[in-house]
Amino acid sequence: MDSYSVYIQSVASIYPEGEPVEGRFSINEPDYKEWIKEAGSRRRMSRIVKMGVTAGLQCLQNMAVKPEAIITATGLGCLADTEKFLQSIGSLNEELLSPTPFIQSTFNTIGAQIALLSDNKAYNSTYVHRAFSFESALLDGMMQLQTGNADSVLVGAVEELTPTVFYILERMGAWRKFPAGEGTSFFLLGNEKTHQTVARIVAVDMQRGNFSKDQLTQKRSDLLRRNGVSDARIVSEEMFKPICGEYQTASSFGLWYACTQLNGNGFVLITNSWLNNYTAVVIEKFTKE
Amino acid sequence: MSVAITGIGCVSGLGCGADEHLQAFRSGRSGLGKVTLFQTKLQVPVAEVKMSNEQLKDQLGLDPDRLFSRTALLGMTAGKQAFQDAGLSKGRLRIGLISSSSVGGMDLSEQFFTEYSVNPGKGRLRMVAHHDIGDHTECIADYLQLDGFRTSISTACSSSANAIMFGARMIEQGLLDAVIAGGADALCRFTLNGFNSLMILDKAPCRPFDESRTGLNLGEGAGYLVLQSEKSLTPGTKVYCRLTGYANANDAYHQTASSPEGEGAFLAMLHALGKAGIESATVDYINVHGTGTNNNDLSESTAIKRLFGEYVPPFSSTKPFTGHTLGAAGGLEAVFSVLALHERVIFPNLNFKTPIMQTGLSPVTRMREDQDITTVLSNSFGFGGNNASLIFQK
Repeated sequence: MDSYSVYIQSVASIYPEGEPVEGRFSINEPDYKEWIKEAGSRRRMSRIVKMGVTAGLQCLQNMAVKPEAIITATGLGCLADTEKFLQSIGSLNEELLSPTPFIQSTFNTIGAQIALLSDNKAYNSTYVHRAFSFESALLDGMMQLQTGNADSVLVGAVEELTPTVFYILERMGAWRKFPAGEGTSFFLLGNEKTHQTVARIVAVDMQRGNFSKDQLTQKRSDLLRRNGVSDARIVSEEMFKPICGEYQTASSFGLWYACTQLNGNGFVLITNSWLNNYTAVVIEKFTKE
Repeated sequence: MSVAITGIGCVSGLGCGADEHLQAFRSGRSGLGKVTLFQTKLQVPVAEVKMSNEQLKDQLGLDPDRLFSRTALLGMTAGKQAFQDAGLSKGRLRIGLISSSSVGGMDLSEQFFTEYSVNPGKGRLRMVAHHDIGDHTECIADYLQLDGFRTSISTACSSSANAIMFGARMIEQGLLDAVIAGGADALCRFTLNGFNSLMILDKAPCRPFDESRTGLNLGEGAGYLVLQSEKSLTPGTKVYCRLTGYANANDAYHQTASSPEGEGAFLAMLHALGKAGIESATVDYINVHGTGTNNNDLSESTAIKRLFGEYVPPFSSTKPFTGHTLGAAGGLEAVFSVLALHERVIFPNLNFKTPIMQTGLSPVTRMREDQDITTVLSNSFGFGGNNASLIFQK
């Protein structure tokens, strides 16, 4: 039934561009004014919404299409607003609370705001399943294209590192392998190869379980073989997490890294893990014409 | 290619399982009452599931000392019903789980946060480890011993409908044979205060589609369907009905308000009809979103009138019975839509007296039995302009 191929036409990412400070990466904030023109909206938006919306709009810039689906992913969503509202319930004793942080605390805020700012009434959904969030969104987007339901789809992930999530996850030991990170990466997918096309998405895989290193290696070579790929370069989390840090949707940065930071063309396997969630994305990278 | 519905599961303020829900609908008994689950000074009706976490754990046969979010407990309760109702078992089929929620483990996070906000070194970590939406899905998967594909969706009040839609698409694409799809949401201080801050909570029982409506009542619960590919059905498999149409559209109007012309709702219904390949006149009953807020009911009425013209089919909102169960609403109302077809009934819209002046639509107000219905449309709309419609057919 897979009649159409899936191509990455455009990419955008906002990520940490410096060293971690006290074990925490933070993104290099762009000038949001350029992307979110209305001052009132900008003021109401929390950092995660601003960064996600900006990366989404950057990805659409100069592309002559209006996506027929906007699909976002986030592991923990709009934490700053969630915390702000929780705090106000306590401090104001349930009286006269400002609704803004509540309104913007929902997980679909970024996708909704991109739709609103780009006047897009198409399919809109948000995936929120730990380290499967981004790959689920990618799968949905690929299915939209493969079935011919859409000709172009915007898929992206976003995560913010707040002091609270840093402390809590530090107490849980989440930052042992890599420093804590954050960021947002978006991809415009299409079903036709053009001169702008960056790569073709060959496969997406999600596996949950307590796998040994050998089992994982086997799973990954099976994935390549099933998709008729004999040789692929590997972009592992050891390559991209020292740049973006650890977060639930960091694999979206891994895909951005593979698309933009590797030289030459050919197949690339991007791998990620978080707790017992293992994901892999296979792309065929093109040299820009 | 259509998708068969072979199992249903539900828990809400009306009770546990399809039979208790049907009884409540037939007797006109609403699940609304006072808040008892947590401390609050907000005096508003809510529809709580009338079981404590301990009772839910006991009924599920879970270790009473193990910590679960209430959302996960509700999800496991309804998920188990659906799984067993469909007679699913491990092994033969590729079974997926697609669940959704708007708050996930917020009930526990609230407790954690009270201690944490005083001292960041405090607060029991196991309380906040269940915060994310994915947690409740993983709990259901573990409980049902499912080891295949699972994911979670959160698009505010349309979450479950999107989960069902994604499940159907995965089956149609041949990626899975069966999917348990729906959602769960527990009541918590966070959402109660959130809707209160928006000033859209009614202090009285909600009155969807009534001229005098002033807001919604919150509820909690979970609802799941088992979707199966035609190929995976064996002789003797009970098939309730089929999911033939679905669509999702964005209103792109305002973060929380619906557009006056109900554009997103109109597009979702229109495209769902298109996917099912049917005319609007085929629809025999609409289980409307009908929250009871000024904005939703007017916008939804307008969209319905735009789509159906003069011949608006019988419709009702079941939210005066269950409250608005947010992320679970699309799942619960999908179960109700399946029950309407299976039991040949149309549920009453409680508390309705006077039609909205601008649109003049009147919902069904008494339980209708022995209805000749073959096609039901279910609407779920949410914050962020996320609108979704599902079509079930016999």
